[in-house]
Amino acid sequence: MTRLRSDLVWIPTFAILVAFAVPWPLWGVDRVVAGLPVWIWWHVAWLGLCAALFALFVRSGAWERGMGRRPAAGSVDRTVNGAVDRGGDRP
Amino acid sequence: MTLGLSLGVVVGYLVVALALGLVAYRVSETTAEDYYLASRSIGTLVLLFTTFATLLSAFTFFGGPNLAYAAGPEWLIVMGTLDGVLFAVLWYVIGYKQWLIGARNSYVTLGEMLGDRFGSVGLRALVAGVSLLWLFPYVMLQQMGAGEALVGLTDGAVPYWGGAALITGFMILYVAVAGLRGVAWTDTLQGLFMLSIVWVAAAWVVSALGGVGAATEGMLAARPEFGSFGGGAYTPGFIVSSAVTIAFGVTMFPQINQRFFVAKSAATLKRSFALWPVLVLLLFLPAFMLGAWAAGTPVTVPEDANVLPVVLGEYTPAWFTALVVAGAMAAMMSSSDSMLLSGSSYFTRDLYRPLVDADASERREAWIARIGVAAFATLAFVASLFRPGTLIEVGDTAFSGFALLAFPVICALYWPRTTRTGMVVGVAVPQATYLLVVLSSVLPVVPTLPRTVLGGWDVALGLMVLSGALTLGVSLFTAPTEESDASRFAVVSD
Repeated sequence: MTRLRSDLVWIPTFAILVAFAVPWPLWGVDRVVAGLPVWIWWHVAWLGLCAALFALFVRSGAWERGMGRRPAAGSVDRTVNGAVDRGGDRP
Repeated sequence: MTLGLSLGVVVGYLVVALALGLVAYRVSETTAEDYYLASRSIGTLVLLFTTFATLLSAFTFFGGPNLAYAAGPEWLIVMGTLDGVLFAVLWYVIGYKQWLIGARNSYVTLGEMLGDRFGSVGLRALVAGVSLLWLFPYVMLQQMGAGEALVGLTDGAVPYWGGAALITGFMILYVAVAGLRGVAWTDTLQGLFMLSIVWVAAAWVVSALGGVGAATEGMLAARPEFGSFGGGAYTPGFIVSSAVTIAFGVTMFPQINQRFFVAKSAATLKRSFALWPVLVLLLFLPAFMLGAWAAGTPVTVPEDANVLPVVLGEYTPAWFTALVVAGAMAAMMSSSDSMLLSGSSYFTRDLYRPLVDADASERREAWIARIGVAAFATLAFVASLFRPGTLIEVGDTAFSGFALLAFPVICALYWPRTTRTGMVVGVAVPQATYLLVVLSSVLPVVPTLPRTVLGGWDVALGLMVLSGALTLGVSLFTAPTEESDASRFAVVSD
């Protein structure tokens, strides 16, 4: 198996990312910051954080290990199994 | 004059999209795999935007701002969470796994994948049938949206049925000639177009209102409760059920699920995954805030009209409003043609071929697919004339129906012990129950069953749990059949 124990940390990470994309701690808060309700800024910042952590998940190789595959060394551009790339669009 | 201009912009845009489809058709092969999956050769930008544009439908473009206008900007949170985060996670959990086994076993549809794994034509047909059932209201939703959009744009000069008929005609024509490559190409065009146009629209309206701060102040003066998070329609139950049912439902939508099979390489899926939250936010933020800000403007929105075109009509020139409506109609068209295309592959491959005529020629299959699309779209058009609910209600029904498929599919993908009986029970029982709940509000003979309980919790959420529990429980108590083969879903490391 190529899974790493440290990869397991991604499971609670994803759970937290999903759960707090909704700004629950700001329930009922009505402050306006920089022209928008503050809880909208929470959401905007949170989705930015998600994008960053998703990119890290892919880069670290956990994306492949999570499916029981070996991460490609140095490259993410391979075509898996050779079965899918038929050399582009032309007939 | 303005009427002619507006209509000209809308029809012109649809014609350009159609022309692009024809170009794509010229480079297409005539095989089923090319028609439905563009020979599994879709790259990152196109995959991202084709999935994106497919998600963007009347539900997002008109339904979303309408809800933000009526109930507050919290809809941004619901949609951002489900599309930007939860769907992205499912993109990996369901999508990547499906891509891995789909590429190895050459699957084209979800039903085909499950049918092959469990050696069951019945399961294959069941999944396809259920999918087509819930596809119907969603195609109808696009026609309703288009009908309403043109009524709003032309002040009723084009009747509701006229707009719905126009888009029905275009979508049939489109799917019949283009195939997935054409659909994917125009989706990219439309995704980029909508993303830019919605920001221009927001900038235009906000500057007319005196800036973002002033727009928000105006909104809060008219509707003070919009400023605080939660409250009104937005109960925790509503937020959680909408986010969960829609996100899981989206993954089982034929047109989205089929996208999991089309990526050229794993890199394509990875890049799309990481870009997803940002892309989603870029679209939803201006679109839904426009709806919420509209509540603070003196604009009056007539009943049955959509907020977005009305607000734009007030603050921007007629040609620009027409351009936005054209973009929205294009969004509906790209949603619909993707749906119809995927629906037709479900119909021909999972129902017609296995059950009716296994030896049908490719040519015959292609004709059956096109006739099926025309019939399906026409029936949905007829149903759309009755306008059975708001855009959000009709959309929600469809999403929840699909969401009930998700847990059994995840079970099959990850748990080798899943049995055919477990799958059939886990799919059929919750589906039948939910269908009864939905139909009870339409049929006079049965008492109307509640759709939500205890302050906004959707019954579909409970049925999702039931579908998972049944799949697991029944699988534990039944033995795998001779024909089933768990190794079909194993991921091999190269």
